[in-house]
Amino acid sequence: MRTLKRFLSGLGMLVLLVVGVAILMLVPWPLLLVLVLVLAAWMGLTRSGRQAASVSWVGISTLPQRLGSSSVVVIGIAGVVGVLVALLAMGEGFQATLKQTGSDDTVVVMRAGAQAELNSVLGHDSVTLITQAAGVLKDKDGRPIASPELVVVASLPKKSSGLDSNVEIRGVGPQIWVLHPDLKITDGRAFKPGLRELVVGKGAREEFAHIDVGSTLNLNNQTWTVVGAFDSDDAHNSELWGDTDVVGSTYRRGSSSSLVTARLTSADAFDAFKAALASDPRLKVDVKTTRAYYTEQSAGLAKLIRILGTTIGVIMGIGAIFGALNTMYAAVATRAREIATLRAIGFRGLPVVVSVLLETMLLALAGGVLGAAIAWIIFNNYTASTLGANFSQIVFAFKVSPALVWNGIKWALAIGFIGGLFPALRAARLPVTTALREL
Amino acid sequence: MKYLHLVWAALFRRKTRTIFTLISVLAAFLLFGLLDSVHSAFSGAADSVAGVDRLVTISKVSFTVSLPKSLLPRIQAIPNVKDVAYANWFGGIYQDPKNFFPNEAVSDNFFDVFSEFVLPPEQREAFRKTRTGAVVGAELAKKFGWKIGDKIPLQATIFPQKGGSNVWTFDLVGIYHIADPKQRSQEGALFFNWDYFDEARQFGNGNIGWYIERLTDRNAADQVASAIDALSANSDHETKTQTEQAFNVAFIGQFADIGLIVGAIMAAVFFTLILLTGNTMAQAVRERIPELAVLKTIGFSNKSVLGLVLSESILLILIGGVLGLAIAAVVVGALKASLGSGIPMAPVDAVTWAKGIALMIGIGVVIGVLPALRGMRLRIVDALAGR
Repeated sequence: MRTLKRFLSGLGMLVLLVVGVAILMLVPWPLLLVLVLVLAAWMGLTRSGRQAASVSWVGISTLPQRLGSSSVVVIGIAGVVGVLVALLAMGEGFQATLKQTGSDDTVVVMRAGAQAELNSVLGHDSVTLITQAAGVLKDKDGRPIASPELVVVASLPKKSSGLDSNVEIRGVGPQIWVLHPDLKITDGRAFKPGLRELVVGKGAREEFAHIDVGSTLNLNNQTWTVVGAFDSDDAHNSELWGDTDVVGSTYRRGSSSSLVTARLTSADAFDAFKAALASDPRLKVDVKTTRAYYTEQSAGLAKLIRILGTTIGVIMGIGAIFGALNTMYAAVATRAREIATLRAIGFRGLPVVVSVLLETMLLALAGGVLGAAIAWIIFNNYTASTLGANFSQIVFAFKVSPALVWNGIKWALAIGFIGGLFPALRAARLPVTTALREL
Repeated sequence: MKYLHLVWAALFRRKTRTIFTLISVLAAFLLFGLLDSVHSAFSGAADSVAGVDRLVTISKVSFTVSLPKSLLPRIQAIPNVKDVAYANWFGGIYQDPKNFFPNEAVSDNFFDVFSEFVLPPEQREAFRKTRTGAVVGAELAKKFGWKIGDKIPLQATIFPQKGGSNVWTFDLVGIYHIADPKQRSQEGALFFNWDYFDEARQFGNGNIGWYIERLTDRNAADQVASAIDALSANSDHETKTQTEQAFNVAFIGQFADIGLIVGAIMAAVFFTLILLTGNTMAQAVRERIPELAVLKTIGFSNKSVLGLVLSESILLILIGGVLGLAIAAVVVGALKASLGSGIPMAPVDAVTWAKGIALMIGIGVVIGVLPALRGMRLRIVDALAGR
């Protein structure tokens, strides 16, 4: 009978634990806010609520006396949340950079099976056929808004490490500025068609040495000049742009290009455009909207970082939970007489449970906020780069978004809940007589 | 050593607290083991001793730009160059882009130059003789269940065949092994004959991706490298020659600064760990002040008390840490077995263990030193009186 009782109470605790963590992790914040309000109302309006409030207040007001051990909970949880938020911000930043590079009404046309722009080769005839296809938007002079592009790579030293890394050089057609209306030339001027001139993207300029505005660059024994810098606020910021034909002659590509990007009359024209190219026997191409193309490029790495970040977060979280458990058990032990006294003069178990739990979760909340704040201060807009699909560096900024911060705080509260629940239940079950007799 | 039972008893005086602390320590060193495994998988390729006598020649512009084959006899003629092999990146896809593995077209002396890729002589002969022959690493063969004699179709991403087809089918004629466990991630590649590749591809014929030179004298590396680069200086296809190690360091550096990321995470983990266990130790000693005073009364010296408390904290971290690293070793082994060689994780080896144990002792000392000093300095009268 006794073992059954113990088994049932263990089971009950487990259920309570799972339900609590699930509520914290899954419930959206408005509902959580309602829960907090309900708790506040209970504390203000009912008898047992008022008891809980006053016991909690005693616990919280004695926190300064237990500063050392309480700070273990705060800093332990801050460590977990800081690392978690920083890692997820890396994945989110990378994904955001690539996602905003694409749109639904611009398309990228590559040779069938090429997967990445760098692999693709399109002959001059194919390029002409693609730009003339139905569905491509025309400017007021009747020219299609499409750009034959050539993606090549140059190896340049990075500023940070001095090691050679790949930077992407993209040869672009004359319509490129119309295709990218949001792009701004921030320094110098645009390159002149027919000349060996380049404009450098904001990210590449920050990451690589020797490519600032005004510097010259030796590619295959030809001298190129960087005449301007641009900011496109997307993955193109990691690139250098020049005239397709001139880049092609430097890289001995003849008249071929890698791909064509084009603006369609509307996003709805995509299917017809794709069908038209597919039905042309002279073409063997893959057609994607730029949004689909760039989203695909980011999916693998973003997923990897998410899995990695969560795994590291869980392992660190386990460490922090046991740290919190230790601290809170010790706190309950030092307050054992006080709690027993309260119970002896008629306080119920629930207010005691609520007070210990509340105290732990407040400490956890502080830790979560601290960790997220540190991650935000150090890593928001921190730039990093990694190898992209075109075998060249993609520069991106970490993004500590409000959603990530909230996510981190939820983790903190869940850790606090687990770390506080068991000590809270222990406090409530403390046999009054033995606790009172304890020194 | 004779006080071990005393230290042990003190450590487990409060079982729950010690076990909870051990789990925190365990989690920290589990993470250390996993991250160090990832880190050494990346740096292991760069530290390889296998490639010390090899140089890599790529286009100065970038290694995605190809080089003319006419350089081959001229590189071979340079003194101290033993063999020259060459290769082209193929970038083919097996069934699905998610199945990514490196595949390259290589010259027929490739396995002479990369002598750490062990291929039985009869398989090497078959590779030489079979025009459409391919050789894969043991890990890769295991992952896809390939056996010698199988046909492996690859979807070309860069090089269609002359007729316009994207499908290249190879005959598996050999499986190579690598003895060094740290290098075993290189068992995940497929190599096929360059001559067949060059004959059948639609464009780029006669061009080579990169050359690999094996030297007779590794001390001549700098000299040979400049001699090779001088061959094409001021031409429109200048080369850049460096040791394989330098090439690998730059190549791996392109993915991310793994060392920095791992270092930052571990710094955060160990900082919180020191704080957490430090607090536990302080608490444990505070509770035991009267007991320590009794020890001193019955004749323990100040030094032995210091030693007792310090060994207690070191033992605490060692138990948790060794368990954590052991679990990490098992997890890494299981991950490698279930996901194949593709994942960049090196086995938890002696170096990791040595680093880990050094860290455990260091952390043990750091968290133990203040409580131990406190124990050493306590005055018996005050401590027994509870002052």
